[in-house]
Amino acid sequence: MTAERAIPPVRPDPESLPFWEAAREGRFLLRRCSACGQAHWFPRTLCPFCWSGDTAWEEASGLGTVYSWTVLRAGAVPNIVAYVELREGPRMLTDLVEVEPDAVAIGQLVEVVFRPTSDPDGPPVPMFRPR
Amino acid sequence: MTIRSAACIVGAFEHPTRHAPDKSHAQLHAEVAAGAIADAGLSRDDIDGYFCSGDAPGGLQSMLNYLNLTVRHVDSTDIGGVSPIVQVAHAAAAIALGRCNIALITLAGRPRADRVKTGTEPRIRHAAAPDVQWEYPYAVPTAASYALAARRHMHEFGTTSEQLAWIKVAASHHAQHNPNAVLRDVVTVEDVVTSPLVADPLHRLDCCVISDGGGAVVVARPEIARSLARPVVQVRGAGESTGHQHGGLIDLTRTAAVRSGPAAFAEAGVTPADIRYISLYDSFTITVLLQLEDLGFCAKGKGGAFVSDGALISGVGRLPFNTDGGGLCNNHPANRGGITKIIEAVRQLRGEAHPAVQVPDCTLALVHGTGGQLATRHGAGTLILERAA
Repeated sequence: MTAERAIPPVRPDPESLPFWEAAREGRFLLRRCSACGQAHWFPRTLCPFCWSGDTAWEEASGLGTVYSWTVLRAGAVPNIVAYVELREGPRMLTDLVEVEPDAVAIGQLVEVVFRPTSDPDGPPVPMFRPR
Repeated sequence: MTIRSAACIVGAFEHPTRHAPDKSHAQLHAEVAAGAIADAGLSRDDIDGYFCSGDAPGGLQSMLNYLNLTVRHVDSTDIGGVSPIVQVAHAAAAIALGRCNIALITLAGRPRADRVKTGTEPRIRHAAAPDVQWEYPYAVPTAASYALAARRHMHEFGTTSEQLAWIKVAASHHAQHNPNAVLRDVVTVEDVVTSPLVADPLHRLDCCVISDGGGAVVVARPEIARSLARPVVQVRGAGESTGHQHGGLIDLTRTAAVRSGPAAFAEAGVTPADIRYISLYDSFTITVLLQLEDLGFCAKGKGGAFVSDGALISGVGRLPFNTDGGGLCNNHPANRGGITKIIEAVRQLRGEAHPAVQVPDCTLALVHGTGGQLATRHGAGTLILERAA
């Protein structure tokens, strides 16, 4: 298994804080608009599709498929960057972990897994691994 | 109201340096400004509009202070390396409205001297940018961003690394004639696909160079252009747009050129078949391929076949591109390729390109750029230029 790199910490803001607090509990949240019905990524208070303020958090399936991926080889540890198409619809920029580059394929089923950052007091970040 | 025929590019200058540890960043801006003004046959006192972008150290006010310019129109639009291309259109619009008569646009920098790990190290632009927390933890530098687009294009359309390599091969055929180019050796498809992977499926030779230097152009009212000694290069049409993640509905195989291109063609009243020479932003080989498709030079998904077998080589193929060697071989100053794309198109339209790559009777050229990060946020600008009779 490829060694993992140190993940830079995230700095939650007032709008994203509930997402990151849920992440600490291992729960992966999405934001959905009650006016137009669509889930979006990344989470926003005003729906990016219709600008309604009638949006709410929901616990997502944490499942998706690989939409595209690459292996960045410049660092000390190769890093697999990907877009994952969530089961709920939106495509999310993320990393793939617990998988070797030659075992990744577009369309592959993946599931969310939270990874700690270099800040031990900060929230973990959602990444994806093969399911 | 249109900018068609409202303004001309009267001066163009590309700094000869590609490595400038002995010059300051601001000095490079001043040197390209002076070069472009001299090329136009104008004086610094004639300038009444100034345009610069994110590469300008300290921003527009610092540059005006350093250059000691007093102007009546300014523009610091920043949509990445494409910015000077859209700023030519903004200058034309400002001239059409009487806001200025002679506009100077500069771009310069020294990432090579400063040993910036361009393309392979993520950079935070602004700590409060809303996307940082959803992006920075995942380490998505520029090369990874474009690689994600390349991989998806290969998946959907069967595009191959060998087809992408032809873009670098064509650029290298042109760069051999440019004494200032960073990379002057002609390379083969084999050379490209056997160079080390930077971000799968992009190899080292799929990437542009990292260089110091810069360039500048001067845009002026047509009456002024006709009073000068240089051939008249007229702005015929332009379009601009941006692309991003679209709330999660991002399509990595399409760039904002699908919007800027049709706008420019409509304003110019021409079609892709009329274009004799094309300057295309070439941060990576995939950038060129996507832009060709999105601008309508071939159907979506057919870019790989379109660029193969030397189709982009001047004197050989159907659509000569980046005859200075482009960002892939010649120059990508300040990590921004917009200004050099304009300058080579001006050379072509004036008939002043290197004789080995000059397009015969080059009367109509297209300049297009994609700035920023293709997989997250990018800018697009299309400019159609013509040689006036």
